[in-house]
Amino acid sequence: MDSRLLTAIGAAVGIPLVIGGYIYLTERLLSLLSVRRQTQIRPYVWVMPAIAFAAVFMVLPTINTIVLSFMDKTSTRFVGLDNYIYFFTNSETLGALKNNVFWLVFFTGFVVIGGLLIAVIFDRIKYESLAKTAVFLPLPISAVAASIIWKFMYDFQPPGTVQTGTLNAIIGTVGFSPVAWLINSTTNNPALIFVGIWTATGFAMVIISASLKAISSELLEAARLDGANELQVLRMVVTPLLMPTITVVATTMVIIALKVFDIVYVLTAGAYSTDVIARQLFARLANTDYGRGGAVGVVLLIAVIPLLLLNIRRFRQQEEIR
Amino acid sequence: MTKLAVATIRSRPIAPATMRRVAQRVPLHLTVWVVMAIWLIPTLGLIVNSFRSVADMGQAGWWTALFPPHGLTFESYQRVLDTPNVATSFVNSLLITIPATVIQVTIATMAGYGFAWMRFPGRDIFFIVIVGLMVVPIQMTLIPVLRLFAATGLAGSFVAVWLAHTGYGLPFQVYLLRNAIGGLPREIFESAEIDGANHVQRFWRIAVPMALPAIASLVIFVFLGVWNDLLVALTFMGSSPNRPLTVVITGLVTSLGGGWQFLTAAAVLQMALPLAVFLFLQRYFVRGITSGGVKG
Repeated sequence: MDSRLLTAIGAAVGIPLVIGGYIYLTERLLSLLSVRRQTQIRPYVWVMPAIAFAAVFMVLPTINTIVLSFMDKTSTRFVGLDNYIYFFTNSETLGALKNNVFWLVFFTGFVVIGGLLIAVIFDRIKYESLAKTAVFLPLPISAVAASIIWKFMYDFQPPGTVQTGTLNAIIGTVGFSPVAWLINSTTNNPALIFVGIWTATGFAMVIISASLKAISSELLEAARLDGANELQVLRMVVTPLLMPTITVVATTMVIIALKVFDIVYVLTAGAYSTDVIARQLFARLANTDYGRGGAVGVVLLIAVIPLLLLNIRRFRQQEEIR
Repeated sequence: MTKLAVATIRSRPIAPATMRRVAQRVPLHLTVWVVMAIWLIPTLGLIVNSFRSVADMGQAGWWTALFPPHGLTFESYQRVLDTPNVATSFVNSLLITIPATVIQVTIATMAGYGFAWMRFPGRDIFFIVIVGLMVVPIQMTLIPVLRLFAATGLAGSFVAVWLAHTGYGLPFQVYLLRNAIGGLPREIFESAEIDGANHVQRFWRIAVPMALPAIASLVIFVFLGVWNDLLVALTFMGSSPNRPLTVVITGLVTSLGGGWQFLTAAAVLQMALPLAVFLFLQRYFVRGITSGGVKG
């Protein structure tokens, strides 16, 4: 406990000291320069800590990982494309890649469509904020805790014994035999993806709901007066107007789907053909197989490049409006 | 006379219409309640189970405890707290989360101000790199950063995890705060400049107080993100005695084949703080999400 106490005191005193000291010292140093020089250099003083962190922890390691992916296990010998050939011929990594595609399609699809429908439905009731809180509640819960929550939902006991898992108990009352949700190869990936959907739908709902409130009710009324039914209003008026928001939510979800790690790691550890890319990378890292691990990372990076460009393009468009 | 007139108007034509309206809304309310149940029941089940004995959990589902005999007990909590490393790892989680949050948000606020209100060559390029980095998966960086920590002797230390979280979190935070601080009215900054306020004064007296709601929601977000993190701590701390609660719980889940049920209590301990933050600061929490999401 002693070293921990020391850390706590060190952090409480040291961190403000370092940050305050940085601002104070750089200002003192700047004051020695001419005013013109000061205005030239000062901006870098302000943004440099952030840029340095980004460089040391994101930019340089990313470049390094790309280099490592062309080297052998211990990064001593250049092996060309061997690690990539391994990635695209090995059933384990290919299986993980396939599962990520599942995650990408179903997780993103259900979260976005579910979030939209829930936002629209909840918009029509008086106890909207209460209902929203319920759907939103899993959001602050960690993937680790959520996994334990769902371990109970999916719990499986041999047929004929008491089913303590919520889902098996429910299907048992209507006469079905229990399912080993997390082991059965047709149910386990959907089961894991549903845990993700359960944690993320609240996020989509809140964002979409905020945009929904911004749509003028006169517009919707006009559509109804023109004879549109509720489904048509939703499909032809509301959804197009929400498209920018839906795109934002969808890109966020695609990134989460590509990076998914915690839920799979805690619930199945990738067993029973539920593995994903991020867990594969972690496994290589734990094995200190940096070459193959690097190749897994690069595949992941290539997958996000379209999103990266999309993000930058959208940012540029926003800047033009500003 | 008037009273009677009102009464007849109310009671005759409207009542059946209201009935029909209520009847029409039954499916709507039913849908709402089903959705709420799907989202609430799993968590409720965990919380109920955490107050039952492991033996009970193996014999009957959590819903049986809703009816007498409830058989509620603190046994699982006792057992979790007696499990080696659990109590210390709770403290570790705090020792990781609080400093990591303070470092990140402070640096991000400074950079956000710099990008918003200072002019310098390379500003747009730097910022576009930051926008791009928001999407880069941290997995891409784990191997080199782990080697860096190993080489510098920082692996497994609190400092390593503070720095790593800061590095990984900053792009998004700088982006968010640059938008929040940059969205403040230009006239205020200009008149302060004319009055002779330097950048440090403009930062502390104008930018920070006015952007405080944005900063507050960011603090909540970063805090929860670090508190709930598994991957960063698992990679850079592994089996270090400094590892946080998430790593310890995950280790127990995977190492205990059977008898893992008492970990319900551990999960409740882990999520108690985030849920409390969420319930008490829901407004900031929601605003953080919508501002980050809608603008970014």
